[in-house]
Amino acid sequence: MVEALREIAIDADMPSRLAQVTEPAQAKLEVRNLSIAYGGTPALVGVNLEIQENEIFGIIGPANSGKTSFLKALNRMDMFNSDMQVSGEVFFNGRNVRQWRNVYALRSRIGVVFPLPVGLPMTVYDNVALAPRLSGITNKAELNEIVERCLSRAALWDEVKDRLNSLGSLLSGGQQQRLTIARALSQEPDLLMLDEFSIAVDPVTTMRIEDVLKELRKEMTIILVTNLTQQARRLADRTAFFLSGSCVEVGDTEALFTGQVEDTRTADYIAGRFG
Amino acid sequence: MFAATHLNVQNMRRQSLVQILFMLMTAILILPVLIILATLIYKGGPAISFEFLFSDPRDGMTAGGIFPALVGTVWLVAVALLVSVPLGVAAAIYLSEFAPQNWFTRIINLAIINLAGVPSIVHALFGVGAFVLFFGFGTSILAAALTLAIMTLPVVIVATRESLQAVPLAFREACWNMGATRWQTIHRVVLPNAVSGILTGVILEVSRTTGETAPIMFTGAAFFLPFLPESVFDQTMALSLHLFVVSTQVPGVPDEMPYGVALVLIGMVLAMNSVSIAFRMYLRGKKKW
Repeated sequence: MVEALREIAIDADMPSRLAQVTEPAQAKLEVRNLSIAYGGTPALVGVNLEIQENEIFGIIGPANSGKTSFLKALNRMDMFNSDMQVSGEVFFNGRNVRQWRNVYALRSRIGVVFPLPVGLPMTVYDNVALAPRLSGITNKAELNEIVERCLSRAALWDEVKDRLNSLGSLLSGGQQQRLTIARALSQEPDLLMLDEFSIAVDPVTTMRIEDVLKELRKEMTIILVTNLTQQARRLADRTAFFLSGSCVEVGDTEALFTGQVEDTRTADYIAGRFG
Repeated sequence: MFAATHLNVQNMRRQSLVQILFMLMTAILILPVLIILATLIYKGGPAISFEFLFSDPRDGMTAGGIFPALVGTVWLVAVALLVSVPLGVAAAIYLSEFAPQNWFTRIINLAIINLAGVPSIVHALFGVGAFVLFFGFGTSILAAALTLAIMTLPVVIVATRESLQAVPLAFREACWNMGATRWQTIHRVVLPNAVSGILTGVILEVSRTTGETAPIMFTGAAFFLPFLPESVFDQTMALSLHLFVVSTQVPGVPDEMPYGVALVLIGMVLAMNSVSIAFRMYLRGKKKW
């Protein structure tokens, strides 16, 4: 009798387990054997990794390890640099971005935040309204709504709501960085890539932005390149360690930070023994 | 501990010396401008009158005014600007924003620099060959203005390209990353921030175009033609050539007349410049980073 029941139970589980085997959850971003070189000098070699929907994916590593180049390859910014050669494949939502014809549509779905804040030389309002305008939105009410929403989500609205018409490039560094995030959000991105966003930002603002990111992950996938290993620990679900142009390992952030590493270099870097 | 050493004193003295020396150099620089202006105002000032500005030359150009030359210069400058500004700005945008850096663009850049170095009399002969004869415009405002335009093109191109390149690359990259095309980036971010520099180029061009004599002498400017031009296919008088004529070619011209013409010529350049400078200052006031 017990044996029979157990068999039924196993059978009841079968279909869902089968489904898991045949249809794995599609990765948001799948990178296969990605290599990047600048004028023949390799900057990144043979990276393979997957980034899941709605996760914060941390990338840590010392300078010159290929982190920024990696981001550039994802949204095809290599197009603007004839020196940069990219090989390998990157699948974004299942489509190979290396063969994506309309790179402008691709980039508009990926928000990017740079190490140094770039407030464009236009008003705060225009900074945030730029991406919607580029995509053809001209309705004033709609733009107002987008600007307020994005600035609020970037935790900047309260500070700038009375001076939306002052220049974005005149805000303080920390405010400009949040403006950059608001601008990235105005693209309604699927994927947000942050490249060492806290370099030029004070610790308080950094914490505010980190809180913002924790909220945003509910709606989008985030790649967080950082050289503050503790920042990766605070935020990232999984973390990749890049070193001198290769991806040393990818693992669960907590596991990496508690010493469950495959490569001792990862543990050494995290512990601050080099880099 | 804080007492000035011998070396400190020496360094400070040296600095003062250098500063004074360079200040004197700067003063010498503006001296010719002041002398020219003072002479012109002193000697040419009495010649200036409403009649001088707005009437035709009379008695073999020894009396009367300069109105046809004044109007002719305005025509020449306007037509030359209409041709060279769009052409020059477009070429500069292409070279700075679109063109790949290869041997071909390097040759183009070299050509532009060389074009700037071609003497104006050579441009004049080119204008005769190309516009007057080959294109069949005859000696006309069009031929003269085109010659002037070709001559001043490098000024516009170089000024525009430099002001485009003064816009930080980070702005472009931020825009590209949002999915903007190159043109959207140029039109929304780069150009608005380069306008003041482009205007500087235009100012320089206006000054040069107004004063040039050789290129228009054979291509469209008339020695004496007391009518106003009606279209770009007419010949016209021009201030610069008129100045040359009344000061060297015609006997019996009263002394103050050439000075008067020169004063009007300089006044025109300064007036046009100050409009552009005012506009540029207004734009600079809105400077964005």
